Amino acid sequence: MKRLSSLAELEKLRKKIVSKQKREKITIVTSVGTCGLARGAGEVADAIVKELKRNNLQNEVSLRTTGCHGFCEIEPIVVIYPEGILYQKVQAEDVKEIIFETVLKKKILEKFLYTDPLTGEKIAYEKEIPFYKKQYRLLLNNNHLIDPYKIEDYIALGGYSALGKALFKMKPEEIIDWVKRSGLRGRGGGGFPTGRKWESTRRAEGSLKYIICNGDEGDPGAFMDRSIMEGEPHSVLEGMIIGAYAISFGRAQAQGYIYVRHEYPLAVKNLTQAITQAKEYGFLGENILGSGFSFDIKINRGGGAFVCGESSALMRSLEGKAGEPRAKYVHATDKGLWDQPTNLNNVETWACVPEIINRGPEWFASIGTEGSKGTKVFSLVGKVNNTGLVEVPMGTKLREIVFDIGGGIRGGKKFKAIQTGGPSGGVIPEQLIDLPVDFDALTEVGSMMGSGGLIVMDENDCMVDVAQYFVKFLEEESCGKCVPCREGLRRMREIFERITSAKGTEQDLVLLEELGEAMKLGSLCGLGQTAPNPVLSTLKYFREEYEAHIREKKCPAGVCIELISYSIDPKKCTGCMLCAKNCPTGAAQGEKKKPHKIDKKLCIKCGICYDVCKFDAVKRG
Amino acid sequence: MKREKEMDKRELEQILERYNRSQGQIIAILHEIQDLERYLPEDDLRFVAEKLNMPAPQIYHIATFYKAFSLKPKGRHICNVCMGTACHVRGAPLVLEELERKLGIKAGDTTPDMEYSITTVNCLGACALGPIMVVDGKYYGQMIPSKVKSVLEQTQKPIKGKKK
Repeated sequence: MKRLSSLAELEKLRKKIVSKQKREKITIVTSVGTCGLARGAGEVADAIVKELKRNNLQNEVSLRTTGCHGFCEIEPIVVIYPEGILYQKVQAEDVKEIIFETVLKKKILEKFLYTDPLTGEKIAYEKEIPFYKKQYRLLLNNNHLIDPYKIEDYIALGGYSALGKALFKMKPEEIIDWVKRSGLRGRGGGGFPTGRKWESTRRAEGSLKYIICNGDEGDPGAFMDRSIMEGEPHSVLEGMIIGAYAISFGRAQAQGYIYVRHEYPLAVKNLTQAITQAKEYGFLGENILGSGFSFDIKINRGGGAFVCGESSALMRSLEGKAGEPRAKYVHATDKGLWDQPTNLNNVETWACVPEIINRGPEWFASIGTEGSKGTKVFSLVGKVNNTGLVEVPMGTKLREIVFDIGGGIRGGKKFKAIQTGGPSGGVIPEQLIDLPVDFDALTEVGSMMGSGGLIVMDENDCMVDVAQYFVKFLEEESCGKCVPCREGLRRMREIFERITSAKGTEQDLVLLEELGEAMKLGSLCGLGQTAPNPVLSTLKYFREEYEAHIREKKCPAGVCIELISYSIDPKKCTGCMLCAKNCPTGAAQGEKKKPHKIDKKLCIKCGICYDVCKFDAVKRG
Repeated sequence: MKREKEMDKRELEQILERYNRSQGQIIAILHEIQDLERYLPEDDLRFVAEKLNMPAPQIYHIATFYKAFSLKPKGRHICNVCMGTACHVRGAPLVLEELERKLGIKAGDTTPDMEYSITTVNCLGACALGPIMVVDGKYYGQMIPSKVKSVLEQTQKPIKGKKK
């Protein structure tokens, strides 16, 4: 591999790769992201290689292993191109049949096809699946076309052309102007205008500037950054190199860091490989593409602390310290990492940059709403049929995301609420389902965009329990530096423990609200300031549920363990004895073929009888 | 099994060398030690403190601040339960409780025979599979309490204190 030293050399290389790819007629794609691997995609890929070899097809058919395609629900998937036939939930033992029937004989095997949960219709082609069809994919569009270990795949699709354009045809100030005009706002949660941040960092005095990518995706239920880092790592690198050039060239040296969550080992692996390859081709290192600009990127693994997703805490962590945030009156753009001017953006934000440079700011600004431009990737999870990554223009209604793309609620249950923004966000009730999703609309209803996790909840989810979950989560993750956050969360947790164990009083709700307001005003960083959001939003929209816990000592959704009990419906019970056999305490009792009973004194409410019953006879509530 | 002391120090020296004995790389250094030992032994931390010229309490602060690190030895099999929101609403707490009952220990602890440790994680980012439990690096998706027993059996070791 030769280091490229001019734009012409890059274009020549691109042509060479593309003409080579054209010769390969049939391509089988399987996604080996974290979700896919967890479900056996690795074995599927191995079986495909073996089967192609056995049939002597290695030269006519190629296998491409890619990152996550975003439709986690149906993993492991196998897509056969050029037709784009998609098979879902494929296992290694199915591969033989797929190669023989579909690849060789062009016959579509119905049993592997995806079924639309809304219409019951079987769909053969990837592009016709509503989950994909109704999305607008800018960032996720290439995941199925790229093997993340092959920089050549990225180059073939026009990769690093934006970098070439930026380095040779644009001045740093012009790039910043474009990013400003594009209206791009930080995708990590805050929504700060990216171009303004770049401009401040460029103007700041200092001979060394740090360019950081925040890959510490800690919001539970959000995994779009993981998918981008795993699936298309070069788009993040390219964005960072362009940013570094715009911020530092002609004024200072620049050094890049990517801070990746320790829980994402595959993202670390793929990014490390991508950086090595980018260096070999000369997209990173000294004198990039012969432009005179030099820049390098290092990867740091996090330590499993949620607060390190907060920018100032992340910088302390990079310095090898405990990740404690600091007050924001000193801007990181002036004094950030090691007190040097520092520009930090989130993974998704960086990945937007190459497209903005390629297609221009007006194009990007034409997508989305007045205050929020471009697309946003959401991770749609929880009680929804089509779990996965959904990329839509800003301003798309929640209803379209949950029902049209998400295929509605699992098991025909009733939609209750949607939680957005992770532990900093809030719960949005059914009556606001037509809310257009952008930075400002979400904040207005007491939630926030956060990193884009959307957790769908149904009638079996208790809002008091959800709020309690986030309070406990944040109590553990609070760094403890400032009192309102540290003590406020502890007291909130105690109040929740009272409410969920039938010891709550009406006064507790007032206390929760007062505490919440104090934490909002008095906490030092974003974690503490937004920590009361899950509590305050559930109190606002689901107060009657709190009141039921307090007044009637009941959990209407049947979740809070101390307020529920298990019983067996004698009309449905067939006396199969499965519950009695599995009950760890002997609480479920009865004779064969006669209705069973649960001894409430012995029952520890483990839920096993509920799981194992095949006749829906065990009741929880 | 405890390795020879001398070996320990030589490996530690190599790790420190790889990170240029830089104080700023302390988190990466601790990660490497933990990857080898499955926890952070006090001896090692004192050795690192001395070599990097850092006060031992400062290293202790970092080792206890970050959740990824453990000062207690971990068992041979690590059962990691995801407690992310998506897993939570699909019943992760009941799965964790069942695991705690089956092993007779609480999350964060290790069985006295050093066979099993239970850990929890805030989110693995594989929410479609929720509730998820990872045992020795293998993912078990769509967990329910009644499946815990068979997952543990797959580690192919008799479970101490198992209830019938």
